Amino acid sequence: MSCHCGSNNCNNNSRRKFLLTGVLATAALAGCNDNKHPFVPEEEVVLTGEKVKLLSVNGEVIEIDRAYLKPVPDMPAVSNADERRGMAGKSYVMVIDLARCKNLKKCQEACNHMHHVHAGQNWIKVLGMEDSDHTAPYWQPTTCMHCDEPPCVKVCPVDATFKRQDGIVLIDSNRCIGCRFCMAACPYSTRVFNWEEPGLTEEVANQQYSCETSLPQKKGTVGKCDFCPDMTRKGELPHCVSACPNGVFFFGDMNEDTVTNGAETFRFSELIKDKAGYRLMEDLGTKPRVYYLPPVNRNFPFESGLENEKGNNKDNNSK
Amino acid sequence: MENTAALTDEQITRDLLPQKFGKRGTIWTGLLIIICVIGAYAYYRQLKYGLVVTNMRDYVSWGIYISNFVFFVAISLVGSLITAIFRLANVKWSTPLTRIAEIIAVSAIVFASIIIIVDMGRPERFMNLFLHGRIQSPIMWDVIVIGTYFFISCLLLYFPLLPDLKILIGLKQKTGKALNKLYRFQGSFWKGTGGQFRISDRAINILCIVIIPVAFCIHTVTSWLFATTYRPGWDSTNFGAYFISGAFLVGAGGVVVAMYVFRKAYHLEKYITEKHFEKMGRIVVLLALLYLYFNINEYLIPAFKMKKPEEAHLTQLFTGEYAALFWFAILVGMIIPIIILLFKKGRKPLPMFIAGVMVVVGAWFKRYLIVTPTLLHPFLPMQNVPDNYHHYFPSWEEWAIAMGSLAGALLVITFFARIYPIIPIHETITEQHEQAENK
Repeated sequence: MSCHCGSNNCNNNSRRKFLLTGVLATAALAGCNDNKHPFVPEEEVVLTGEKVKLLSVNGEVIEIDRAYLKPVPDMPAVSNADERRGMAGKSYVMVIDLARCKNLKKCQEACNHMHHVHAGQNWIKVLGMEDSDHTAPYWQPTTCMHCDEPPCVKVCPVDATFKRQDGIVLIDSNRCIGCRFCMAACPYSTRVFNWEEPGLTEEVANQQYSCETSLPQKKGTVGKCDFCPDMTRKGELPHCVSACPNGVFFFGDMNEDTVTNGAETFRFSELIKDKAGYRLMEDLGTKPRVYYLPPVNRNFPFESGLENEKGNNKDNNSK
Repeated sequence: MENTAALTDEQITRDLLPQKFGKRGTIWTGLLIIICVIGAYAYYRQLKYGLVVTNMRDYVSWGIYISNFVFFVAISLVGSLITAIFRLANVKWSTPLTRIAEIIAVSAIVFASIIIIVDMGRPERFMNLFLHGRIQSPIMWDVIVIGTYFFISCLLLYFPLLPDLKILIGLKQKTGKALNKLYRFQGSFWKGTGGQFRISDRAINILCIVIIPVAFCIHTVTSWLFATTYRPGWDSTNFGAYFISGAFLVGAGGVVVAMYVFRKAYHLEKYITEKHFEKMGRIVVLLALLYLYFNINEYLIPAFKMKKPEEAHLTQLFTGEYAALFWFAILVGMIIPIIILLFKKGRKPLPMFIAGVMVVVGAWFKRYLIVTPTLLHPFLPMQNVPDNYHHYFPSWEEWAIAMGSLAGALLVITFFARIYPIIPIHETITEQHEQAENK
């Protein structure tokens, strides 16, 4: 998380980068010529004279000329099996502070933009809630709850939506058969369907599919909020968290017991205890991973969000 | 079968032999084919553009494809009722109805499978169900039991057909060369020896016993597609029994309609008699009362409590947007047929036919009401969505495909009756001999 940023971060980064390039390069070179010595080039290479240190597959540090390094085209950073397994030792969790939300919908905008969500559809919905006639209205951003007892996963006939060890529920659009049982099963109505060919730019449409980026989306399959596992893999926050100017969203790891919105970091357990956090539809037994902090001592009056609501309604109606 | 007492074997054979389509038959068949072709074109459009051609959207994510699927599964249950339950209970009068019931069951279950594939966003990935199947999903249960039910139903259709095929093979002049080839391919091994009959009878008995639990499974599992979710209107422990009783009702109604139509079209008055209508009428009344009972449980008990999520759903059904359709399904699908059939005069062929049509049509809309309105009432409010998300009315493509599938099922039944005797010849003859001996 960003809270761990320190002076040793740079060192860490450069070492990781070095290892990664090394592994990629050796893999590439070894893959190119099967039975020959891996470092005998097939064609004449003009040596640059600049040596690069690499970690060989045997674990030895070796040195080769930079000219031998070739980029590996389109190599997926993570295999499908790894994407399905998730990050070891992690237990992702989100806290949404309702006292800070004024329906700016920046979270939604960022999410739609980064995931190329089909026009008119949203993975994050900011709902104007009023529990009963005389209770106070409030704005409630709603993501996928990444339930620990996910009803969607239970009903999926082909394991296209699955629960990972780090708690995230993802969809494999290469496997989904489009039966939409998961949409019927989800009590939070979080899932959307690609009813038609998603209008993606060529660049996005041609990139290799990954469950973690949820891109490129595919016609006839289901999509939803994915907790941006591609970002967490990089050590960054999900798009909604970093896009929110009011710091409504906190994201973190339950095992580390920390959550952060980028600017502030809290102990997850203390935050939930102090602010009386709760989860949606606790009675259904779905055990969500998204916690809400009640809308008390609010930063903004509810009415301040209404203006944005009107504009949005107009937009949607005109579509 | 008192009316047939005077009939000779030859006359029975002549009467029950499959007949060429007359003028009306040709028009009927042509009409069905046209509807099927329109449906196929609509499906081509759906494959090309995606499910966007339907009016289903993110909230109403299941529409008439699914309700049509439930309808087909429901009506297919009748095969096990008429064939298996009656046979095991030694009910003799149902003989002329068994094959009608079985072919309805087979064609309905085939089109149930087709329509569920039509509903899939990625039909080309159908094989994923077998490559990556997960047994905890109710869809997998459905795949398994529907497959099983289809095979048992086919066998239950085929085994009793064997003695009739022997008769048909013997009548090459009348049936024509092409059909003769088909009959030979399907039944030339059947010599009609005592040993063969013993094996066949035993096989049919075993199938009749096996098909009853499988039939209960297909519709219970289909109800679980809904009951395993949390949604108001679906989250009900009543659902399995509710669906089964409804399935028996619509199936029996379907048989009554088919009885009347075949009787008229093929002049089978001597074989499908008023007595058959009288007895089927009593069964339909019983089943309609049973279904009504489960409906009362299903709607009035949640209505007594009016839990918040249920309230929106139920008021929409009772007095809201779907009230007209809801009361139509209750009145026309259950109450009026009950009133008609309670009277002896109502159990004559024509009023029975009308009541049967009411039951079937009411049942189709009932399935629509079970699937769609629930989806319009999610737990979290529907906000910032286009206006059409708040309502669902099927697009022309959906109607065309749904009607095409219904026409397709009727077409299968029509062609079956063109090729095979719709009333078992051999069994009718045997029963008549038995009756003659008893006298």
